[in-house]
Order: sequence, then structure tokens, then C-alpha cells
Amino acid sequence: MDPHQNIAVRHARRRYWPAPAILWSLITVVALWSFPAYSIEELDAAASASDISIEPPAIPAAATAFPETASASESVLDAAPLDFSASVQALNAANFDAKEQAINTLVALGDERTRAVLRALADGNLQYRKSDDKVVIVAEAADGYQLTDPLTDSDLGRVDKRDVKKISINNRLRIVLREAIARLSLSSQRVDVRLTAVEELTGNLDEAGVTLLESARINETDKDVVAAMDTALALPKLNAGDSAVQLRAIEDLQGSLLPVVRNQLTALAESTTADAAVRAAAKRAVASIQGELQFYALTETIFFGLSLGSVLLLAGIGLAITFGVMGVINMAHGELIMLGAYTTYLVQQAMPQYLEYSMLVAVPAAFLVSGLFGIAIERGVIRFLYGRPLETLLATFGISLMLQQLVRTTISAQNVTVANPEWMSGSWQINAALSLTYNRLYIVIFTLVIFGALQLLLKKSSLGLHVRAVAQNRPMARAMGIRTEWVDALTFGLGSGIAGVAGVALSQLTNVGPNMGQSYIIDSFMVVVFGGVGNLWGTLVGAFSLGVANKFLEPYSGAVLAKILVLVFIILFIQKRPRGLFPQQGRGAEN
Amino acid sequence: MDKQSLLMRLFYNDRGGSLLLGLLGVAIVLVPLLNLAVPEASMLHLSTYTVTLLGKYLTYALLALALDLVWGYCGILSLGHGAFFALGGYAMGMYLMRQIGERGVYGNADLPDFMVFLNWQELPWYWLGFDMFWFAMLMVVLVPGALAFVFGWLAFRSRVTGVYLSIMTQALTFALLLAFFRNEMGFGGNNGLTDFKDILGFDLQSDATRAGLFVASALALALGYLLCRYIVDSKFGRVVVAIRDAESRARFIGYRVERFKLGVFVISAVLAGIAGALYVPQVGIINPGEFSPLNSIEMVIWVAVGGRGTLYGAVMGALIVNYGKTYLTGALPEVWLFALGALFVLVTLFLPRGIVGLLNRKRADA
Repeated sequence: MDPHQNIAVRHARRRYWPAPAILWSLITVVALWSFPAYSIEELDAAASASDISIEPPAIPAAATAFPETASASESVLDAAPLDFSASVQALNAANFDAKEQAINTLVALGDERTRAVLRALADGNLQYRKSDDKVVIVAEAADGYQLTDPLTDSDLGRVDKRDVKKISINNRLRIVLREAIARLSLSSQRVDVRLTAVEELTGNLDEAGVTLLESARINETDKDVVAAMDTALALPKLNAGDSAVQLRAIEDLQGSLLPVVRNQLTALAESTTADAAVRAAAKRAVASIQGELQFYALTETIFFGLSLGSVLLLAGIGLAITFGVMGVINMAHGELIMLGAYTTYLVQQAMPQYLEYSMLVAVPAAFLVSGLFGIAIERGVIRFLYGRPLETLLATFGISLMLQQLVRTTISAQNVTVANPEWMSGSWQINAALSLTYNRLYIVIFTLVIFGALQLLLKKSSLGLHVRAVAQNRPMARAMGIRTEWVDALTFGLGSGIAGVAGVALSQLTNVGPNMGQSYIIDSFMVVVFGGVGNLWGTLVGAFSLGVANKFLEPYSGAVLAKILVLVFIILFIQKRPRGLFPQQGRGAEN
Repeated sequence: MDKQSLLMRLFYNDRGGSLLLGLLGVAIVLVPLLNLAVPEASMLHLSTYTVTLLGKYLTYALLALALDLVWGYCGILSLGHGAFFALGGYAMGMYLMRQIGERGVYGNADLPDFMVFLNWQELPWYWLGFDMFWFAMLMVVLVPGALAFVFGWLAFRSRVTGVYLSIMTQALTFALLLAFFRNEMGFGGNNGLTDFKDILGFDLQSDATRAGLFVASALALALGYLLCRYIVDSKFGRVVVAIRDAESRARFIGYRVERFKLGVFVISAVLAGIAGALYVPQVGIINPGEFSPLNSIEMVIWVAVGGRGTLYGAVMGALIVNYGKTYLTGALPEVWLFALGALFVLVTLFLPRGIVGLLNRKRADA
């Protein structure tokens, strides 16, 4: 070999290495970037809004998040240090009257810690230690209860369930408690707590509740909370005898999307006792609510469609590289996705205590695992079959069978459970009619970021340049000193690695099992073929339009039939445009 | 030209085919004899289980033959031939279902059990006529043929070729898989059609019927082989091979390429449908699993192992791979998928012309 070529080769090699590193670091940066969005405060807010039982641990977060509150409560403590702790201790009184007294004292004290104590009492989590009668807040733990001191919020260690006893309450106390908690919540410093309290009151207001809300409304500053209070207050007026009051209430309720509001308005529109004008107004209000609901339902369908589309895109995007750019039919693509999902599972098994951060590790790990498998497949099998697409198809199918069996023998033939980290579960409640689940939302974003990173890599990096050169004209690229074999291996590794990353995302949405790859392989091919082979933008458009189309069809035809219809549509579409939505232009397209 | 000389001409240069037909002839005589006439205690006795197994292999062989006709001679790698096989099987299954009559679990003379279970009141229109054997047989041929015609007409006309076509055929069988899983389709949903009692009045459980089905399968395979051999040796077949090797050139010479392709594709689909119809009474069930893309692609490996473009190679491949599957899934179930996967890789890498190619090379060397 002549020395010049050697230099070129060494150059080429040095230039390739940064490329996968760029992609990897991009992915990591993306993952890091998405993390600050779930800071502790938000997590806590989401937790307390959605689930009452997570309330006790919320206290320290609230204290740190609102330092001025903490100092305020300290001053209360200074003024009457004995009262708060004594009242808490008095909750464990022998009779219910004394308990009620203690509750009232606590409410009157207005301590920021009171709400947590009362909630715990209402939920049966306020108990007393048998050894010294100390009142504690308990939380279920693996082996017994985790105790927290309601006074100092310090950890009191773990005890057996028999070492503590529940402080009992009766129905009257429950009502008192509910009102006390509502009162405290309504005067809380935190907007979300107040809003939740109002929403809980909406639809089941009694007279005391009305006075409570009305007095709270005067001091309320937040716009959303005021609106929610108006809704809650207007609702009982719908049943007032006076039609003028009713009309005003209907006007106030216009635009509210709460199901209880819609139900009561519908009932009023159909009621026989109400005034004709009232009925007509109610009917109009219902119609306008109905229209708004339809709009949100449409938005939701589109979101579901985009979510499905992003799954299709994730599954198809790696294939768009191996099939679209390299022309290699890789039937093991689905199994590379599966390997990524299993990598997530193994990462979670390896670090069970850091579940929240497992995704950060799993994404690069899955990229590496699937990428390395891909390179091994390319070096071991596919490179001998270039130019024989049908044989490539068969050989890679054989590989897919072996990979499936490999997972079955080494891990399990059953599906495994991959946990959702806290920040990916739950949903983003935009209003009463529309909520988007976080995991789907993040996967849409994640997919778009991966897509962008890939585009950048292919368009701006030297590896991308070489990949495109080899795809367009292999002999000429070789003549220019590009090591086509290296490019082939790295491109295939890149496509496979992205399949692995797709597996991480899919593990958050669907079952992870040895057969999961098979269900994606046909979909991915359809997306790539539909969008136009060799065109990443085509893949993007193809995936999202197929996803949205699928979700729009589903209500009319059912999920399975929708899928069949979409498949048939693609088969017919390919008849009309055999080269997909966005056919490749130029000389290379003729092959 | 009389029949004799036609056969002579067909086998003039086809030693593999002659051997295959000879073996089939021997099997047609010997297998029922060893099963029915030889007492069970004897060493030479063939159990009914074995007879049914052999019959099943023969239907697979017919299917492989059909696939070899399109893949080996026309270059169309169909990954959806399982769909035609299964449609033929469903047509036969529907006939067998209607034959159950009042002997079903619910004792309804008009409706198959699963329809009673789903609270259907009357037979859907597409089940009408399936109580008649001739009608069911007509459908065995017509339904796969019509599907292949429509699909092929659309695909070949717009010149979808190569890998695209393969993926499309796979999508076709996948779509049918999903469709047949639905209960509303009226084909038994997930469970498919099963619990058959008799065929043409013969009890399906009896040894004689089983032997008869074996003979029918062997005859169908022999006739199918003759038909395929006749087709590939005819002028039509030569054009088809020319299309495989240089499609554009064949088109420029003036042949209507898509018509030839369509013809081969439809014939192949019909053969696959017949294979399915013979398969169902022997295994006693047909369910949507037969539509799974994995099944279809497994058929391709039978042909590849035997050696494509030889017809008898496909038959041999189907028999060998399926024997291996029966053996391995019984003895070492863990190993089967590894073995099958490795077979795909090794055959494509090292045996592109299959076992037949290997033997021919040995002979050429010697």
C-alpha cells in the first residue's frame, strides 16, 4: 500500500471518532437539559396536588421553598411554644369533644404545620407511640411504619406496626376536619394548594363552605383561584328559586369545563320547573361548553396522534438510516429496539435506589449496547451481502430470531417491568377537560431532539458527509480516500444505536418482552417507505401523519381496524407513488 | 403431442424431480399400507401420529413449491405466502365447521359454536355455501387467487419490485393477521376454527381418513410438482426466468412483464391455498397465528435451505427443516430458534444455492 493512502486512512480514522461522541454528548446534554424542568418544588407541587397521602414529606419542601413562611411560623412558635405541641398532643385525648377542641385550637393558631397534622389525622396516619404516648405521623414502609415528628418534622426512625396506635376519629370529627383543612388550605401561601382546596369544595358546598369561600375570596389575589372560587360559588345558585340569580349564575359559569358544572347546567336546561329564559340560557351555556370540549377533545386526539407518531418515528428513524441511507434491509431492527428496552431494565435493576436518574444512564448505555450489536451484525454478516438485498433480509431475520431467543434464555421469556421514574409519571392538567400525560409528552420532545441531533450529525459532521458520499456513489467515495468499510460499520452502528435509544423511550410506554421488536418492525418499514427512502424529513412527516391518521380513525373503527386501514392505505399509496412521499432526487435514486 | 411424450420431455433433464416423484409414489403405496395393514405390534408399523406428521410435511412441501415458483423463477420474494396458505386453510376450516352441525357444544345446527357464544343470530352471508364441499373447494382456489390477483395487479402494474414488494407482502399478511384476530370478522377470532368432526362423511379421527389425507397430500404435491415443472419448462416459464434475470430487457423486447409476473403470482397463491386446505384437516385447527409474518418468512428459509429455482430443492428443504423443527422443539425447545436463526444466516452466507447447489457442485467436482 502506498504511503499517501496510509496517511489518508489515518486522517480519516481520526476524523471519524468524534462523530459518535458528538451524538452521544448531544443526547446526554439533552437528557440533562430536560432534567431541571422537574425541580423539587414542581415535583412536590404535582405530588400534593394529585395525591394526599404523600403529604407528610411535603413539609420540608414547603419550608425550604418558602423561607418567609418558615420564619413566620417560628414567630408563632415563640409566642406560644407550648400551645402547638400541647394541642397536637391533645388530639390524642380520651373523648371526641376534647379532640374537637384541640383541632379548633390548632386552626386558631394558624401554624403552617397544622395542615399536615390534620390531614394525617383525617387519613388515619396520625398515631401515638405506645411506649411514651407521643403523637407521631406515620407512613407505610417496607417493614412497619416510618415515623415523623409532627412538631419538628424530624425522622423518628422505623417501628413495627404494633408499636403505634391510630388516633381514632368519628364522623362528626371528619366533617370538622374537612372544613378545618379547607380553611387552612384556602389561607395557604401556596397558590396550587388553594386551587386544589377550591376544586375539592366545588360541587359539594354547604352553607359553612359558602361563607368560608366568600370570606376567602375577598383576600384572594390569584386570578385562577378567584375564577375557581366564582365557579364554586355560582354552582349552588343554579338551583335558587329566583331566575335573575340563576341567569347571573349561568353567566358566571360560562366557560367552566368542570364535569359537575356541565351536568348541573344540562339538568337545569332540561328541568321543567325553571323559567323559560333560564332554560334557554342554560342550553346556550351547555352548547358553548360542548363546543369547547370538542375543541379540547380534538387537541387531545392530535396529541395522542403525535405521541403515536413519535413512537413510530423513534422506531423508524434508525431504520431510515440503515435502510434509507445505506440500503440495508435490517429485519433485526426491532430486536435492536428490544435490546435498548432491556438495557433500561438492566440499568434499573443495577441501580434500584437511583430510579430517577436511571434514564440518564440508560440512554447512552442502550445506544452503546445496540450500537455495538449493530456493528457486530454489520461486520459479521451484512458486509458479505451488500448488493443482495433479499439475502440481507433473510440473514438479518435469522439474527432477529437469535436475539429474541438470547433474551428469552438469559433474562426471561416473560415480559419484564420497567419502572417509570417519578418525573415521567402523572400528567399535565391544562384544564378540566385536557390533560397530557408526562411520559408521552416527554417522548414527543425526546424524539424531536433525537431527530434534530441526527440531522445535525448527517448534515454537519464529517461522518455525515462521508455517509452521504458513500450512499450516493460508493466507488467514487472510495476513490476520494474514504474508507467505505469504516463508514458502513459506523453508519450501521449509528442506526442501531438510535434503535436502542428508541427502546429506552418505548420501555416507558409499552410492555418489554422478547417479542416487542416484532411489533415495530413492520410499522417502521411502513413509515420509512411511506416517507420516502433516503429522506429523514420524509420519515418525520410520514411518522406523524400516520400516527395522527391512526388516532383519528380509532374512534370510528376501533384500534385494530384503524391499523389495518392505515396499512391498506400505505399499500395503495405505494402503488401511486412507489418512491414514497418525498422521493430521493438525483442519480442515486435510479438504483 | 400425447401425454406420454410430454412427461418424457418433462423429465428428460430432471433427475431430482424424477427421484421426488418416485419417492412420492412409493410413499403413497407404502405409508397407508404400513399404517393400516401392518399390526401395531410389528416393528414396521407406522403410527397414525407419524402418518399425520408426514402428511403435514407434504402440505408444507407443496407450499414451498409454490413459493419457489415465484421466488426461484420470477425473483419475487414473497413474505406473505402464509396469507394464501391460511386463506385456503380457512376456506377448508369453514367447510369442516359446517359439517359439525348439531354435534357442537351448543348443539346449534346452523351456527358454529363461536357464533352461538358471541350471540349471533344467523350465519353471516360469507359463510353461506360452505356446507357444500365443492363450493368450499372452489373458494380454496378462488379466495387466495383473487387476493393475489388484486394485490399483484396493483403492485406489478406500478412496478413495485425487490425489497419493497417483499415488505408489502409482509404488511399484507400482517394486516390479515390483525383482521382475523377480531371476533367481529366472524372467523372465530383468536381461537380460530377447530373441533372438526368429519370430512365428506369420513371421521377425521379414524386411521383410514388420516391415511387418505396423507395420500391426498402426496398426490397434490406430485401434481403440483408436475404443474410447476410444466410451467417453468414452457415458453411462459422461460419468459418468467428472463424477467427474473433482466426485467427491463424483457420489457424492452416487448413482453408485458406485469402480466407474466401476475400469472406466476396467482398460480403460486392458488397452490399455497390448496396446501393450506390439505393442512387444516390434518392438524385439526386453523387460527390467525398462521398469518403471522414469522410463519411466512420461515417458509422462505425452507426454500433457501433446499435450493431455490429447482422446485425439488424446495420440497427437500421443507421436509428437512420441518423434521429438524419437530425434533428440536421436542428435544431441546430452547435451541430451536437459535438453530432456525443460524440456519438463515449460514444458508445465505455459505449456501446461496442451497443443498441442491452443494450436491451439484460435488457432482461437478467429481
